Amino acid sequence: MTTTYAVLSEGLEKRFGAVHALRGLDLAVAGGTVCGLLGPNGAGKTTAVRLLTTLLRPDGGSARVAGRDLVREPAAVRSRIAVTGQYASVDGDLTGRENLRLFARLHRVRGPAARAGELLEGFGLTEAADRRASTYSGGMRRRLDLAASLVRRPDVLFLDEPTTGLDPASRHHIHRAVRKLRADGTTVLLTTQYLEEADQLADDIALVDRGRVAHTGSPAELKALIGSYAEAVVADPDALAKAAAVLDQLTSKEPVLDRARNAVGAVTTDPTLTLPRLVRELDAAGVPLLDASLRQPTLDDVFLRLTGQPGAASVDSKEPVT
Amino acid sequence: MSALAHDGLAMTGRQLRRVRNTPGLAVLTQLMPINMLLFFGYVFGSALAMPGREYRSFLVPGLLVATAAGGLMNGMFQAAADTHRGVMDRFRTMPVSRAAVPLGQAVADLVVTTLGTIPLLLVGLAVGWRIEGGALDAVGALGLLLLFRFACTCVGMHLGLLTRSEDAAGQLGASSFVLPLLSDAYIPTDNLPGWLRTIAEWNPISAVTTALRDLFGNAPVPRGAAWPVAHPVAGSLAWSLALVAVFLPLAVRRYSRGG
Repeated sequence: MTTTYAVLSEGLEKRFGAVHALRGLDLAVAGGTVCGLLGPNGAGKTTAVRLLTTLLRPDGGSARVAGRDLVREPAAVRSRIAVTGQYASVDGDLTGRENLRLFARLHRVRGPAARAGELLEGFGLTEAADRRASTYSGGMRRRLDLAASLVRRPDVLFLDEPTTGLDPASRHHIHRAVRKLRADGTTVLLTTQYLEEADQLADDIALVDRGRVAHTGSPAELKALIGSYAEAVVADPDALAKAAAVLDQLTSKEPVLDRARNAVGAVTTDPTLTLPRLVRELDAAGVPLLDASLRQPTLDDVFLRLTGQPGAASVDSKEPVT
Repeated sequence: MSALAHDGLAMTGRQLRRVRNTPGLAVLTQLMPINMLLFFGYVFGSALAMPGREYRSFLVPGLLVATAAGGLMNGMFQAAADTHRGVMDRFRTMPVSRAAVPLGQAVADLVVTTLGTIPLLLVGLAVGWRIEGGALDAVGALGLLLLFRFACTCVGMHLGLLTRSEDAAGQLGASSFVLPLLSDAYIPTDNLPGWLRTIAEWNPISAVTTALRDLFGNAPVPRGAAWPVAHPVAGSLAWSLALVAVFLPLAVRRYSRGG
């Protein structure tokens, strides 16, 4: 079976004066999947979305979005996509209902008023429907943005940092909507600063770094590249050396000591190393074990390893091992 | 074409709803020319060679046109403010006619202007201005006025999209206040020094004002004036149509290019 790609770009280039924002972006998003575009600020994520949604013209390379050529058939692309993001939003001087009716009318949806009502209901905005959008809270505004993108179901939905700065309840609302869209067959291209969000929502992740896609894969594949972190906490500092020797043998990586916590750990990529085996081997060697863990790497770890920079959400979630 | 009409109508509705949702601005805009009519009409009018009531009759068409010329500032301000609204980028990613947004703005502005002219006309009637010509001529005068407003809005929209800054629009808008001063909107041009008179008479505002005075029957066409003023109806049409022909396509192109 051949895969049909909802977004397929080859060597996309974009310059802004002296700044080379995209340096040959290759991206392939299979139809019906959620792809997370992840990268540090300034990596080119937003430029990529602006190109792929016809807001900017590429300086080089080519792309097909929803099966249409981006440069030669921008009108055909526009009729198949929707964009929600920091920039493509709603009119603050209109009420929520007026906004949705306007977009429904422009999309030539039959019964724009009824469609607006449906969406307001679905996004929990019925009560605020007749207030000006500029009076909405951040979360309500973002929900209205997303509703505006769905007046007519798009083939490809672009979400540019849809939950940045939102409270957990609004974030949950947006996540639920994305899952439902995916279940209905819409392809979603999502940029986010939250690695956890990409982990939860995305089938595939493209790590963008300095205007290129540095790595692509499922969250599990990207994590497998890094390996897990096996750790033992012992009762007696004198047992640390013994535990380190066991870990050294099991993981073939240099163990790292954390004397403050009486802990020793090492990275492993061995799929046969399970937690019971780790505990058995340490116990058999006579290590007075208090705690043992085999921690899956977070996408933060992946990010740091593959791009050499911490992800935005990683600053305080990382546990330094000294 | 029908796609443009459909989208343009939707965008006109958008602008009209915005005016309805923020009515304060529209009311304030209308107060300005009324204040000027009373101030100029009674303060300046008493110092001019023209007797008071005659000057106020002369002044009403001038103020109508000066207010229409405010479309320049208004169009500029709105277009500049719109470029910072996220909703513009949403429109650009939708299958919407490229000309719909600028056209919707200009058409909605015409609707607002038409309604906004009524209070000024009523106050004008109260201070002695009358339609002294035929009814058909008067309708023609209002038509010329609205066409001129549309043209000024087109120029303004292009400048607004060019500067993309509400601050710049505010500054330029404030200086556009002098445009009617350099015309026959408030004073007759006969007594101006030669070179200044030439400038004033080639100001589009003069042609439209003269046409209105002529069609309303308020004042005759001055003798020996430059062509647009000597042939005020043709001059007004020529000016307005030329401005639309140049600036509407420029505004549409600017708008579609985006940022």
